[in-house]
Amino acid sequence: MEATEKNLLRGGQFLVKETKCEDVFTPEDFNEDQQMMKEAVTEFVDREVWAKKAQFEKKDYALTESCMRKAGELGFLSISVPEEYGGMGMGFVDTALVCDYISGATGSFSTAFGAHTGIGTMPITLYGNEEQKQKYVPKLASGEWFGSYCLTEPSAGSDANSGKTKAILSADGKTYSITGQKMWISNAGFCSLMIVFARIEDDKNITGFIVEYDPKSPNGITMGEEEHKLGIRASSTRQVFFNETVVPVENMLSTRGNGFKIAMNALNVGRIKLAAACLDAQRRVITESIKYANERIQFKTPISSFGAIRQKIAEMATNCWVGEAATYRASKNIEDRITLRQNNGKDTHQEAELKGVEEYAIECSILKVAVSEYVQNCTDEGIQIFGGMGFSEETPVESAWRDARIARIYEGTNEINRMLSIGMLIKKAMKGHVDLLGPATAVANELTGIPSFDIPDFSELFSEEKSIIKNLKKLFLMVAGAALQKYGEKIEKHQQLMLASSDILIQIYMAESAILRAEKIVKKEGEDKVKEQVAMAKLNLFHAIDVIETAGKHSIISFSEGDEQRMMLMGLKRYIKYVNMPNIIELRNIISDKVTKENKYCF
Amino acid sequence: MNILVCISHVPDTTSKINFVDNDTKFDLSGVQFVINPNDEFGLTRAMWFKEKQGAKVTVINVGGAETEPTLRKALAIGADEAIRINTVASDSFTVAKQLAHVIQNGGYDLVIAGRESIDYNGGMVPGMIAGLIDANFVNNCINLDVDGTSATASREIDGGKETVSTSLPLVIGGQKGLVEESDLRIPNMRGIMMARKKPLNVMEPIDNAAETTSVKFEKPAVKEAVTMVSVDNLDELVSLLHNEAKVI
Repeated sequence: MEATEKNLLRGGQFLVKETKCEDVFTPEDFNEDQQMMKEAVTEFVDREVWAKKAQFEKKDYALTESCMRKAGELGFLSISVPEEYGGMGMGFVDTALVCDYISGATGSFSTAFGAHTGIGTMPITLYGNEEQKQKYVPKLASGEWFGSYCLTEPSAGSDANSGKTKAILSADGKTYSITGQKMWISNAGFCSLMIVFARIEDDKNITGFIVEYDPKSPNGITMGEEEHKLGIRASSTRQVFFNETVVPVENMLSTRGNGFKIAMNALNVGRIKLAAACLDAQRRVITESIKYANERIQFKTPISSFGAIRQKIAEMATNCWVGEAATYRASKNIEDRITLRQNNGKDTHQEAELKGVEEYAIECSILKVAVSEYVQNCTDEGIQIFGGMGFSEETPVESAWRDARIARIYEGTNEINRMLSIGMLIKKAMKGHVDLLGPATAVANELTGIPSFDIPDFSELFSEEKSIIKNLKKLFLMVAGAALQKYGEKIEKHQQLMLASSDILIQIYMAESAILRAEKIVKKEGEDKVKEQVAMAKLNLFHAIDVIETAGKHSIISFSEGDEQRMMLMGLKRYIKYVNMPNIIELRNIISDKVTKENKYCF
Repeated sequence: MNILVCISHVPDTTSKINFVDNDTKFDLSGVQFVINPNDEFGLTRAMWFKEKQGAKVTVINVGGAETEPTLRKALAIGADEAIRINTVASDSFTVAKQLAHVIQNGGYDLVIAGRESIDYNGGMVPGMIAGLIDANFVNNCINLDVDGTSATASREIDGGKETVSTSLPLVIGGQKGLVEESDLRIPNMRGIMMARKKPLNVMEPIDNAAETTSVKFEKPAVKEAVTMVSVDNLDELVSLLHNEAKVI
């Protein structure tokens, strides 16, 4: 269905509004061009990246660079770059799709790709002026130049705005001189351009600069040695030192003091793209694990027929499928919002793009956390299925496990992103962008009323699951509403409470996305043909309820007492009620039967 | 040079083959279709001619609308235009007849078809086309050079290869060797974007009557489990061959 201002949810609004399955985009909705893109990217990765996995693990940085050049030749680096700057000008779903399928073989290439196309290029396409875009973006889009993003410093990690790097204006007012130290800089070893954040005088906020880098004329820039890392071993990661590096004033990105905002917005895009980048890694690990489990005979039986293994395979497939559902749902929302803003005529393409992503910053954080944790679990269980073999460097699961670990750290740690998701939601509510107060009051009134003891008619597929999702949203509003009432803005100081609330929020978004995806497929294909997808949506919701129950309990107990606490705990019980609880062992068997028969992740 | 590349729309080599409707139809569920590999070698060679010597490359397929993504992939790889003859590719002669008709009216100098498609492996279409249009024909072609109207082609023969010289118009049954696997092209993003803007002409068949009708399919019998016998236990082997396999 075409998105209009009326049917397109605002960021965070999923919590207070019901979404119809016709209004979500799912991977089943890829058009023919998108299918072709998916196949082209997969073919490239199979041929150029997956086939050389062992070399990546041996820290072959040159291979990463040459693969990036090949990706540039095939146009993969320019998907989201506007056509006037040498790009493809494709939509956000296409961007997510390429990011997804290009990232599965090794985290080394995935990181190089993400750092270049995301935080290395986007700050210029989103914040650069016309001259800057004309000068730099075509080179970045073609892969002639590679970009890196210099934000983090030894003493400024999560607290990114506290960087000590200085930019001093020259006496003639023509250049800035940048001095400082940056670390964990991806692509540093082969980049020609750096997005550098530095502070001018004693400004409250940092400022962004575009800094060209040519090793033959280093302009005060020196590099540390390659870092030796747990994973993403062939991703070039170095410290970068700036010693009076001269940068023309026209290379300031956006305006003075706007650097922190650029940094944060670049990360919003980076977050959802990171979620996409964690999907194909799961598919590949799941497929490798299934193949192994089908071939590995113990007790004269393929281990894939043992319940202990089937459980793992089913859970891995479910998480991946749920991650796909939510990532593409949000990606299409972003794409539609950008189109709407452009069509309204108020925004330039650049502004529309920026505000489109910013609108869904909450969803971006949710996805980053959820999907990076899925890939971590997936690779961990992958090793477990391989048993002793999985501990060997010879198997693809070993490196996948090490590579997955960084996803929980970069683009804002999962802890930061959890707190951000709640913090941003509160800010949106205060600004009146999302009405949380009305629904929260309604929930509070409902709690003090007498609950209905009638059991509704749940005979229609997913009717109970959808009713549960609605209740889980009420539960969130109850917990967050009461906590906010108690602590006001100081709620941000109660980090453990923020983390627990965020767990509820994340589970709701992921579970709802999964149910909507399954419902949409059922409507198209009929329930009999897609029983595995139905099983995955239900299995995921079942687990979501468990997580939410725990997180809800922890939250409620932490800030309430007496009657209020009792009332909220009763509410909790009421809102997580599942009348026709599915037999989750049966669900897992349905899922694992299908994937083991197909010998791959097949959804 | 005006080149026509015949493209078959075939199941991916890793597809699971099953039949439905009482074994009368191929089960399409979960099957991914690709450009027939032998045709892809030919298409890649055609692209080489286009880029190095100048040529117009048209791709053609006999099939229903469901085969269009395969043609569009060929366009994304770089073909200039595509033709789909709107009928079911039921047997080799039907397909060859349809193609020959288009070729006769199209003024093509070179027709490249794969030596066989990997679904039915009939291996007859290229030869039939050459016969129907009375053109020169080289089958199992592993190398092809064209200079003006003369061509030099190598073909695989038992235990070696033979090089022949011939002239255009020419039909070849191509295979690996025309180009190598590493030369096969991945459609680039711009190619994918452009593919939709290139012409894909749908032509109605000249005569829809197929020469044969498929009655049913059968899969080979499932291989039975192997019984391992110890080298020291010849008596058991003899007994198994006599009593169970009943071959001695």
